[in-house]
Amino acid sequence: MTRVGRFIGQHLIMVLGLIVLLYLFAPIVVVILMSFNQPKGRLSYTFDGFTWDNWANPCQPYGLCDAVSTSLRIGLLATVVATALGTLMAFAMVRHRFRGRSATNLFIFLPMASPEIVLGSSLLALFVSSGFGGRLGFWTILIAHVMFCLSFVVVTVKARLAGMDSRLEQAAMDLYANEWQTFWRVTFPLVFPGIMAAALLSFSLSFDDFIITNLNAGTTVTFPMYVWGSAQRDIPPQINVIGTAMFLLALIFVLAGEVTRRRRARS
Amino acid sequence: MSAVGQLSAASQTPAPPPPRSGRRLTAYLLLLPGGLWLLLFFVVPLVSLLAASLYDPNGSIEDGFSMTWSFGNFADTMADYARPFGRSLWYALLTTAFCLLLGYPLAYAIAMKAGRWKNLMLALVIAPFFTSFLIRTLSWKLLLSDNGFVVDALKWLHILGPDGRLLATTAAVVTGLTYNFLPFMVLPLYASLEKIDRRLIEAGGDLFAGPLTTFRVVTLPLSMPGVVAGTLLTFIPAAGDYINAQLLGTPKQRMIGNDIQRLFSAGAYPTAAALSVTLMAAIVVLVLIYVRRAGTDDLV
Repeated sequence: MTRVGRFIGQHLIMVLGLIVLLYLFAPIVVVILMSFNQPKGRLSYTFDGFTWDNWANPCQPYGLCDAVSTSLRIGLLATVVATALGTLMAFAMVRHRFRGRSATNLFIFLPMASPEIVLGSSLLALFVSSGFGGRLGFWTILIAHVMFCLSFVVVTVKARLAGMDSRLEQAAMDLYANEWQTFWRVTFPLVFPGIMAAALLSFSLSFDDFIITNLNAGTTVTFPMYVWGSAQRDIPPQINVIGTAMFLLALIFVLAGEVTRRRRARS
Repeated sequence: MSAVGQLSAASQTPAPPPPRSGRRLTAYLLLLPGGLWLLLFFVVPLVSLLAASLYDPNGSIEDGFSMTWSFGNFADTMADYARPFGRSLWYALLTTAFCLLLGYPLAYAIAMKAGRWKNLMLALVIAPFFTSFLIRTLSWKLLLSDNGFVVDALKWLHILGPDGRLLATTAAVVTGLTYNFLPFMVLPLYASLEKIDRRLIEAGGDLFAGPLTTFRVVTLPLSMPGVVAGTLLTFIPAAGDYINAQLLGTPKQRMIGNDIQRLFSAGAYPTAAALSVTLMAAIVVLVLIYVRRAGTDDLV
């Protein structure tokens, strides 16, 4: 009985876990499959036939590639700003003790704990009441994206910093490096993977955001807004091409990171 | 996305080194730009949302809204929107329960059983984030459609009647919500399971506790920080979501987010703001009660 119990304990959980992973992957398989779909009618969202056409002409649906480019620009800018500001905050939180530290912690956590619809609608309320209601667009989206990415950057970089061995920095100082040299030669390279992870996270959050963006976008159309709009009418298969391409790109990014990490660990 | 997993890991931040003279100022300078951004675009907006919820509901975008301290807005909106409101909280609760049910075995398998496949499995949990979640939700529409294989399989198993359908039902909306927020449950759970000292679990076995008893007495209590963090990270966004209800449900499954979005686009700012404030308040209250009960206040 105990042996059976142990066997179940060892394998049942793994099997359950793999089934859950399957659930997580089912829609992605559909996205990849549908990127090769040749729909019979404009409103058809079933797999009707295989074609390479969608991959050959990803920009065919009107406005799709403009929306993607808007999302890319906003994503890159928001990532740069949020990563810079958030990294500074993370350093302050981990390396310094100051009055109001725990309040600051809570203040950073709150945006992550607020529903997107509340974040988006409150920003809209601010923009409208301060007379920017007619000027919603690229810049208001950017402001919103930096705001919700910031906390995630702080948390990610903070975790990396907290896990860092501070004796390495002390060793550098013992070897007569000044604070500046210690920072750029020791601290920064060690924290860099954390900063990169935060940047990647920011970009994917920004590129994917719909609820907050939709409230503050005015007439600007980002990629998720394009998808939303077409979901109400017809869904061009090219949307799945963009989705699959993003997925593959990110996968390559992650795999490359993992490979370099392993190589470094070996040497 | 590791940030989510590190939410609970970050709570373990060791106390910072004692301040050296003049370093306190550095701390404030480092915090200033980001803090200012959050103040201007997170705190101030919340205040203006609160203000907007008290505007005269008879105003319009063209004429502007006047501040009349109309606390009645809250009573009026609650009378009109109590049902979608309750539905949102109910769906969020269901979603959280399913996420916990599905997420715990997965997180446990990764943390305890995966061995050298650990990193790969973690990457697979995060991977769905790399395609737009709107597109993924649309895929569910296809998977759950009336002639899809999921419906066929359930009919074959007689779980679903011959005319049964999944799309445009509560089940579809909760399936989509669970799917969308599952990684937010798995990552914090993994982070706290991973930290458990294996020797404690072995000790349970040494003391003649069966695997289930060991799990109940040792593993589960030690993973509570992850359970709390994961619950909050799924419940909160699920309660405010309207994408799944819109794409996978019908107006019968309408959630409060649908109404807030619709009212804002229609320019009914006071009503929309009142609903938004109520949602936020309800969530804050629920979270406080939950965190009190669960006894873990080291979230941040």
